[in-house]
Amino acid sequence: MLELKNLTKKFDKRIILDGVNFSIDDGKILCIVGQSGAGKTTLLRCISGLERADAGEILVDGKKFDPVNTKNQDSVIGIVFQEFQLFPHLSALENIMLAPELVLKETKVQAKEQAQDLLEKLSLKDKADLYPYQLSGGQKQRLAIARALAMKPKILCYDEPTSALDPALRDAVKKIIVALKKDGITQIVVTHDMEFAKQIADKILKVEVLKK
Amino acid sequence: MNYILEILPSLLNGAKLTLEIFFWTLIGSLPLGLLVGLGLTSSFMPLRALLRFYVWLMRGTPLLLQLIFVFYGLPLIANGVFTLERYDAALFAFILNYTAYFAEIFRGGLQSIDQGQYESAKVLRLSYWQTIRKIITPQVIKIVLPSIGNEVINLVKDSSLVYVIGLGDLLRAGNIATSRDVTLTPLILVGIIYLILTAFCTYILQKLERHYSYWR
Ligand SMILES: Nc1ncnc2c1ncn2[C@@H]1O[C@H](COP(=O)(O)OP(=O)(O)O)[C@@H](O)[C@H]1O
Ligand SMILES: [Mg+2]
Repeated sequence: MLELKNLTKKFDKRIILDGVNFSIDDGKILCIVGQSGAGKTTLLRCISGLERADAGEILVDGKKFDPVNTKNQDSVIGIVFQEFQLFPHLSALENIMLAPELVLKETKVQAKEQAQDLLEKLSLKDKADLYPYQLSGGQKQRLAIARALAMKPKILCYDEPTSALDPALRDAVKKIIVALKKDGITQIVVTHDMEFAKQIADKILKVEVLKK
Repeated sequence: MNYILEILPSLLNGAKLTLEIFFWTLIGSLPLGLLVGLGLTSSFMPLRALLRFYVWLMRGTPLLLQLIFVFYGLPLIANGVFTLERYDAALFAFILNYTAYFAEIFRGGLQSIDQGQYESAKVLRLSYWQTIRKIITPQVIKIVLPSIGNEVINLVKDSSLVYVIGLGDLLRAGNIATSRDVTLTPLILVGIIYLILTAFCTYILQKLERHYSYWR
């Protein structure tokens, strides 16, 4: 279970997140919705340790968790960025294998086996040796999901997973997210698409643009 | 023809020194340039300021002056405690100078990498140095290769400056033969050897660029 208590984030003097509270049970899907500029991305960045929150705390399974300093901890958060941020110089397979090898110290054989399973699961089996520039938007996104899953995170977060895709692919993402839920993965989905959120969410958190 | 064969050994001997300086300067200044380049993009202000000063100094004064300074000047300042052999002095000055040029090129390359690459590496829990080694450096090399190539070609020619501190490089060998025998042939040969060296560098650089073209 992930809990946020009173999480506050300012940029300079401007308050972006003012005491955000939520909790999400294992294996559930939380959607964070709100207009552009409301602070959804900022919230994800605080949870994943890319920004340091100014106040409040994050608890994982009831224990205090500092996402900025994750040395010697298990993988807690995985992220699928809005622009995916795949590594352009690595093939699809290598994109997935890199972190498990370097960080989890898996052997090449282990890492490769797992990466191939993930590629298969995300219908990218025949794309293993292609480079990101050779993939379509939807394929890039699935590769980004596979790369994050390879680190076996407790919680997988997505930033606007539908924004870079044409409508036909929206359903494809939905299917993936729902399938991962069946596997017991806890997911946080940031979106400005209320319709999409309603279709997949167990719980919806709205963030509002704060005046001043 | 006989004359050419006669002077060729001394020219090739000079070319050997030219190549040595070229080679060791690259071995030293490319990695150092990357490190200084990283320092130039660091968020630690004093480090950045210091490195900027160094780059400014090295790029703002002639390499010839730096060479003379290292060989003749340093011993004067250090009162004889610190002297360098001619060859070491030349290498020292060249590495110092070229590191600065390479650092500027690497800085540009580093700054053109999307911040998101660092962030996705961080979320995957790669350490800083793992990120630099596995993610950033390969991408930077691809970007900077053409500019590095220019400097590499320059270095072949710049190496001829070592004559001022009395080292017998290719150009000096040709010069000696020309003034002794009162003929232009040695200098023409010297020119041809430089052309061969730079053509070879260009070829290697093209190969490298092609190697790095497997991704976009
Ligand atoms: N690094 C930053 N420095 C200053 N302001 C920022 C920074 N990142 C985001 N902001 C501001 O925070 C607000 C929320 O941004 P963001 O979290 O990206 O919103 P959303 O993802 O909901 O569209 C915006 O007004 C944005 O300008
Ligand atoms: Mg956003």
